[in-house]
Amino acid sequence: MPGRALPTAPAADAVPASCSAAVGRRTTAPVGTLRLVAAVAGKDLKVELRSREILYTMALFAAVIVVVFSFSFVKDQKALVAAVPGVAWAAVVFAGTIGLGRAFEREREGDTMRALLLSPAPRLAIFAGKTVAIALLVVAVEAVVLPLCLLFFNVDLGAAVLDLVLVLVLGAIGFAIVGTVFAAMLLRIQSRDVLLPVVLYPILVPMIMSGTKATAAILAANDADAWFWIKFLAAYDCVFTIVALWTFEALVIE
Amino acid sequence: MRRILIPLLAACAAAGLAGTLYLVFYVTKLEQNLFFNQKIFYWHVPNWFMLFSMVFLCGGASIGYLVKRDPKWDDVAHAAGELAVLFGAIGLVTGSIWGKAAWGHWWIWELRLTTSLILWLTMLGYALVRRFAGPGSEPLCAGLAIFGMVNVPLVYFAVKLADKLGQASAHPKAKVVAQLDASMKGTFWLSVLTFAAVCALLFLVRIDAIRDARRLRAVRERGLDAGILEP
Amino acid sequence: MLSSIVVEKVSKRYGDHRALAAVELTLTAGSVCALLGPNGAGKSTLLGILSTLVRATAGTVGYLEGDRRRKLDDRLRADIGLLAHSSLCYGELTAVENLEFFATLYGVADGAARARTLLDEVGLDGRARDRAVRTYSRGMVQRLALARALLARPSLLLLDEPFTGLDRGGALALGARLGQAKADGAIVVCVTHDLEAIAGVTDHVAILVGGKLACDERDPAGYSYAALRERYHTHAG
Repeated sequence: MPGRALPTAPAADAVPASCSAAVGRRTTAPVGTLRLVAAVAGKDLKVELRSREILYTMALFAAVIVVVFSFSFVKDQKALVAAVPGVAWAAVVFAGTIGLGRAFEREREGDTMRALLLSPAPRLAIFAGKTVAIALLVVAVEAVVLPLCLLFFNVDLGAAVLDLVLVLVLGAIGFAIVGTVFAAMLLRIQSRDVLLPVVLYPILVPMIMSGTKATAAILAANDADAWFWIKFLAAYDCVFTIVALWTFEALVIE
Repeated sequence: MRRILIPLLAACAAAGLAGTLYLVFYVTKLEQNLFFNQKIFYWHVPNWFMLFSMVFLCGGASIGYLVKRDPKWDDVAHAAGELAVLFGAIGLVTGSIWGKAAWGHWWIWELRLTTSLILWLTMLGYALVRRFAGPGSEPLCAGLAIFGMVNVPLVYFAVKLADKLGQASAHPKAKVVAQLDASMKGTFWLSVLTFAAVCALLFLVRIDAIRDARRLRAVRERGLDAGILEP
Repeated sequence: MLSSIVVEKVSKRYGDHRALAAVELTLTAGSVCALLGPNGAGKSTLLGILSTLVRATAGTVGYLEGDRRRKLDDRLRADIGLLAHSSLCYGELTAVENLEFFATLYGVADGAARARTLLDEVGLDGRARDRAVRTYSRGMVQRLALARALLARPSLLLLDEPFTGLDRGGALALGARLGQAKADGAIVVCVTHDLEAIAGVTDHVAILVGGKLACDERDPAGYSYAALRERYHTHAG
């Protein structure tokens, strides 16, 4: 009868050794958390680079915002430099939110979030990896926004550009930390697309404030103020990293 | 206990509201700078006190919920969060009216106003999540409340330090409270007590409703789980 | 290495919908349990609870190693392999990249070699391995998903409709593979509608109807296709 016979254990020489390895023998070893974070972040970036879907969407969206909003500040065929901080940071935050939502949405589509949660990797490592990946995506968007702003607003900063880069990177980190925590918390919630900006933006306010103030100070060549705001932004990043680490463990331990 | 407390609070609140209205319009003197406009201060300021106390109650209860995992803490946070939105809204509206009358602007980007607005927006987000997120959203709300609470000093200092232009704060509130005339002080603190009574009253009523709804859900769920109830 | 799993009065409710009601079941090492039932009976839900991803609303699941109850932590998940409806793999990456990534997550030593061996074993064509998974046919995705489930040599193997998309040869090979896992001492739970494919390796039949366990039978000699069909019709109509 078809399918009646119970398959006998395969003869040792008929099957490659590693396939018939006894279940009990574990070759697994505890993997360092940092290595896991790097693996998750690397995977996210590799996936993104293959399709570049999120990257292009974010970059184009940011570019459009910069163009449209800078145009609204044009007078005598020149754009008001005072508008640069607001325009730049608005573009970064809005594009960043889209990227954040899309990144988690993609995991949901392929059900790969389940695969990640099923693995023995600590939840914290998974989300830290995602945070790193999102921070890098936001930095990539900023790499588009910054030159466009400098171009459209006719700004020549010289060496001060590096300070501006520092501000943008710190902002990207802050955005990624707070954004990933909230996106992770919203994973199992309905209406998550609408709720993400609603809950995220008020918490981002100090970051946006200090970012714009720092940008304005750099443009005005006001070094003292600029460094003050850069330190404030760094403090913001530290404070919310600590809060995120503490609440994350509590939120995850159901 | 509740049976006595709620009507008692309601009576106090009603008496307080009537009393303060009478005192404000008939007894207290006119403030020297702002004259009649200033009178709204007796209702405006206590609302901010209530907003901040509700925000910290919500944040504290959220921490308690994450640590203890007892739904009672979540009930407290829920009620406090909703009341924060209510009192914040009243505070913003009364403040706006006062601002228009006193300074000619409906809004000004001043330290306390900005901080309060951001805080209110955070609590509004909290209320929206409570309303729309569905079951299992308690940890999310707790996280949001904690982040919001931590955010308060950050926003406060960001705005304060940004405002180094040193324009004389168009917000004389702090000085005024200390320098109040005896009769004004009395009315002011009576007003604070009144709004505290209103807040406590609404809190108790709301938390009872939340608790009852949760208990009903829990009983229904136990029945479904045991196979006794059919969905 | 798990010796048995005890499902103790487990219920699961999604809002008003009751998926499982007070299910009691014991699974032992070195056996293949066929979890059968009509659609919507709660089979996938039970599998989800066994995988630790889904939280039961009542009752507990005990993962026993001898007499010792294991804690539900990260290390327990290393011993569980799941093959679900979806591939649980990244469409943009190749088969090899997917397996190497999960090998890192599961702490599998020498992930690259293990990935290659498993892909040979499940019969995934050599050229296809370096193409993005989203270009694969359903059958190829199934094979990759199986490789992924087997990656860390799990002592609990959960399969949700693994025979869909497989041709006759593939189904036979999968059946043989499950038999091999059983011989290695694993606990295998297989949700399926394909009674013919699962017969021959099954020694434990559990039938869920409307969230309740209608049948829980064991026979070390195994169940034939006819026997399974008869049990199914008796309890699930």
